[in-house]
Amino acid sequence: MRTVSNWIKSFLLWELLIGLSLTGRYFLRPKVTLSYPEEKTPQSPRFRGLHALRRYPNGEERCIACKLCEAVCPALAITIESEPREDGTRRTTRYDIDMFKCIYCGFCEESCPVDSIVETRIFEFHFEERGEHILDKQKLLAIGDKYEAMIARDRAEDAPYR
Amino acid sequence: MSDERVTIEVDGRKLEATKGEMLIRVTDAAGISIPRFCYHKKLSVVANCRMCLVEVEKAPKPLPACATPVMDGMVVHTRSEKAVDAQKGTMEFLLINHPLDCPICDQGGECELQDLSLGYGEGVSRFNEGKRAVRDKNIGPLIATDMTRCIHCTRCVRFGDEIAGIRELGATGRGEHMEIGTYIERSVDSEMSGNVIDLCPVGALTNKPYRYTARPWELVQHAMVAPHDAVGSNIYLHSRRGRVMRAVPRDNEQVNETWISDRDRYGHFGQYEQRLERPMLRENGQWREVEWEVALPAAAKMLRAVDASRMGMLASAASSLEELHLFRRLAEGLRCPNLDHRLGLGDFTDQDSAPLFPDLGQSLTSLEQADSVLIVGSNVRKDLPIVHHRLRKAGLRGASIAVINPADFDFRFPLSHQCLAADIGVELAGLTVAVSELTDSPMPMNLRDAIANTAVSEEHRAMAKMLQQGDKTTVLTGALAEGREDYSLLRELVRYIAEATDAVFGELPVAANAVGAWLAGVLPHRGPGGAAVDTSGMHVGEMFARDDMEAFVLLGLEPELDAVDAGAARKALRAAGRVVALSAWQSPEMLEYADVLLPVAAWPESAGTWINLEGRWQGHQGAVPPLGDSRPGWKVLRVLGNELGLSGFDYLSPQDVLDEVRQRISQAEPDLPVTTPVVARAMRPAALMRLGEVPLYSVDPMVRRSSPLQKTTDGVRARQVSMHPHDIERLGLTDAGHVEVRQGEGRAVMPLVADERLAEGCVRVCAGLAETRELGKRFSPVEVVAAEGPVASTAMEQDEA
Repeated sequence: MRTVSNWIKSFLLWELLIGLSLTGRYFLRPKVTLSYPEEKTPQSPRFRGLHALRRYPNGEERCIACKLCEAVCPALAITIESEPREDGTRRTTRYDIDMFKCIYCGFCEESCPVDSIVETRIFEFHFEERGEHILDKQKLLAIGDKYEAMIARDRAEDAPYR
Repeated sequence: MSDERVTIEVDGRKLEATKGEMLIRVTDAAGISIPRFCYHKKLSVVANCRMCLVEVEKAPKPLPACATPVMDGMVVHTRSEKAVDAQKGTMEFLLINHPLDCPICDQGGECELQDLSLGYGEGVSRFNEGKRAVRDKNIGPLIATDMTRCIHCTRCVRFGDEIAGIRELGATGRGEHMEIGTYIERSVDSEMSGNVIDLCPVGALTNKPYRYTARPWELVQHAMVAPHDAVGSNIYLHSRRGRVMRAVPRDNEQVNETWISDRDRYGHFGQYEQRLERPMLRENGQWREVEWEVALPAAAKMLRAVDASRMGMLASAASSLEELHLFRRLAEGLRCPNLDHRLGLGDFTDQDSAPLFPDLGQSLTSLEQADSVLIVGSNVRKDLPIVHHRLRKAGLRGASIAVINPADFDFRFPLSHQCLAADIGVELAGLTVAVSELTDSPMPMNLRDAIANTAVSEEHRAMAKMLQQGDKTTVLTGALAEGREDYSLLRELVRYIAEATDAVFGELPVAANAVGAWLAGVLPHRGPGGAAVDTSGMHVGEMFARDDMEAFVLLGLEPELDAVDAGAARKALRAAGRVVALSAWQSPEMLEYADVLLPVAAWPESAGTWINLEGRWQGHQGAVPPLGDSRPGWKVLRVLGNELGLSGFDYLSPQDVLDEVRQRISQAEPDLPVTTPVVARAMRPAALMRLGEVPLYSVDPMVRRSSPLQKTTDGVRARQVSMHPHDIERLGLTDAGHVEVRQGEGRAVMPLVADERLAEGCVRVCAGLAETRELGKRFSPVEVVAAEGPVASTAMEQDEA
C-alpha cells in the first residue's frame, strides 16, 4: 500500500509542493534583514563601542588616575602614567588605549569610580594610518566632549538598574 | 617577664607561650591573624585602636589582644561571634571619619584599613552626618600628609618617641578634635623619618617624591642591599616598567631590623639625574658620543701608552666587590702599583700596620649589648643612622656612652660624658693619659712621645673610669677622625685605650664596601686578603700631591668631591693628560678632566656583593636593566681586560667573579707586621680649624643627585658655614650674611649661621659639595672673612625670596 502511495506522490510532485509551501510562507513573512548603512538595528544604552573620557560640567576632566581600569583590563590594552598636577591633584599624564587589543568587555567602565572612562554607542570607526589605533588622552577627551550629550543620556537611562 | 611557660588555647589550638607575653605576639608567632592598627612589633603597646578585640573565656568583655598578657589555661576565640562583632563595631567607628578616597590615595592597594574593611566593614555606612576634615601639614620634602585619613593609631608618634628619639610628631586635641602634627609649622628632620610612611596603616603619611606616580599592584619587588652606607641595610626596590619607583625596608633583625634611613629610602631618586648613557670620547678637545666598540679600544690604547708607574687607579669604596676585584686584576695586568680606594683617609703613615680591614669589631646586635661605649670623631647619627639606632638602644638600656667630637651632634641617646674640642686629638690624648694612669698600663714609647705634655682634666678621668668599669666596652672611631692628618696617632691612641680597658676596638667606615675594598686588595701596599705585594705603590694622597701623574683610571668616583683634599685632587686630575672614568653619572667637572667616559650601570641595575662593617657578605641581582648603553661595571672591566689582552678575563657571570675573589681572599695569607707602628705627628692647633664633615646626603654620586634629599633641612644646612657665636663675634662677622672661606688657593662663598653646638675654634665647612670643591683638606686650618661684593647680596636676596 505504502509503495503505491509513494509511487503516486512522486508523479504528482507532492514533496516539491510541501517544500515550496515552506518557501512561500517565509517569502510572505516580514523581513529581518536591514539595508545597512541606510537602516540600523536599535542599540541598547549599554552598548559597548568606542571609548571616551568624560569631563565634569565645569570642564574639569573626571579621570583621577586611580588606574583601576588599567588593572582590570583583561587584554592589557590600557596604559596610564600619572603624577601630581600643579594644583596638587592626582592626574594622568598619559592615558592610552590600544584599540587592537581591546575586546570591548566594558570592565574599564565598570571599574571606574568617577564614570570617567566610558564606552559609547559608536561602533563605526576605522583607522587609516599605522599607530592610529592607539587612542591617547587628547583623542579620548575629544570623543567625550563631542558625544557628551549622548553619553549622559545613556548613563541616565541605565541608572535605575545600577 | 618571667620565663615560666604556659599553655593557652586559641581557636581550639593549644599554644605554648611565655607567661606575661602579650596575646597578639603569641598568635602572630602561631600564624593566627588578628586584625590590628596601632600594634607594631617594634613599638610600645598603647591599645588605642581597639581593632584587635578578641573573646577570652571568663572575661566579661572582649579584650584587646595587643594588651592582654597570656595566663595559663586561657581560652581565646578570635573568630567567635562576640569577637567578630566587636571588631566590626570598631571598624564602623573607624570608617566614620575616614574619607573614602581610596582611588586617589597612594596607599590604595596596600592599605591596612582598606584590607581589613573588606573583612570587617559593612557595605553601607549608617553615618549620615558630615565627616570631619583636617588641614594637611607641610612636614618637609620627604613625607606627604593627608591628615583627614588619619585614624589616630599614633604609630608615627611612638616611632619618633621610641625609635628616632625625637618627638617631632604628636597628637593635639581630644576625641573628634584630635590631630597628628608638629604643633608648630616645621619639617620632620629625623634621618630615619621615612619609616613613618611604612608604619602608617592608612594613607595619611605617604612618600612625597613617589606621590601619585605608581600603584602598588604595578610594582615588581626586588630584594636588594642599599650601598649608601657601611651597614648595607636590606631593602626592597620596587620597579615599574624597568624603572625604579621607590625603596622600602626588608626585615633583617641582624642588620637593619625593620628600619631604613632616609638616605636608603630616597637615595635612588638621583638614579636618573645627569646619567652618562653612552660612551664618550674627547677628540681634539671636543666630546663625542661613540659606540662601545670604539670607546673600549681607545681606552685600552690610552692605558697601554702610559708609564704605569705614573698612572693612578682609584676606585670608589661604594663599588661592588666584583667591580673592585676586577679593578685590582686590571691594575695587576697593567703592572700599575698605584691603586687605592681610601679617598676619605687623611693619614697614610701607619698603613703597613693597619688592620686587615676597618670594621666594627663586633656584630651590630652585640653592639646593642655594650654597656660602655666611647665614640671618637664620628657623627654617627648622620653617617650611619642604623648604628646610631643600635647605640640608642644600648643607651636606653642603661649603657654609658662617652663622646669626643668637634661638635655636639645631638645624638639621640643619653651621653655620660662629652668632650668637645676643635682639635679632638688634644682631648683624646688627655683621655689616653687618664686611662694609662688609672689602669697602670704603660703607654708605648712612640705614643708617649707623640702626646707629651698633655693636660688631663677631670672629665677625662671620669671617662677613663667609665671605660674601665664597663663590662662590655667598645671604643669606636669615625669619619671625623679618619679624615684628619694625624689619624694614625688617633687610631693608635684609641687602640691603646681599647687594650688598656679590655674593650673592643672598632672603626665606623661610611662607604658601603670599605671592608670589601680592603679585602679585595684595592690598595697600593697589600694584595687581596692582606697578602704582601712585590712593589708598594703610591697611595691616593701621594698621587694627588704629585704634579707629574700621567694618567688616572677612576671607578665610580667624583674625586673633586670624594677626596680628603678636594682642591689637590682637582688639580692633579686636570694636570694628568689621560683620565679614563668609569661612572654611571656625569658632571660638568668630569667633562673637564676626563678623556674617556665609560658608562657603567648604577647599583640598582647591576648584580653585586657588598661587605658591611660587621664583615657580612650581602649581595643582590640587578633590579632594572641598565639605562641607555651603560653596562654593569664588571662587564665593562672584563671587556677592558680583554681589550688589553690580559689573561684570565673570561668570566661569564658576576658569580664567576665572586667565586674567584672569595677564593683569593680565603687563600691569602695576611702579612700584617706586628712591629710598633709609626704614627703621625700631632696636628698643630690653629686659630680656626675646619670641620670638613661629609654631609649625609653627599656621600656618593647617586645621593648627591637626589633632589628630595637635597631639599631637606640636612641638605640645606650642609651648604651653610656654621661657627660658634663666640667665634663669629671674635672674627667680627656678626653682620656678615655670607662669608668667604679660604684654604690655600681655594675659595668658597657660603651663607654663615651661628651654631652653639660647635666647639669654639672650629668652623663647619662641609666637604663633598660642589661649593667647596676648591678647598683643601677637610680637617686643617682655614680662614673665614666676610664676603664682599655683589655675590653675597644676590645670594641673600635669593634666600629671602
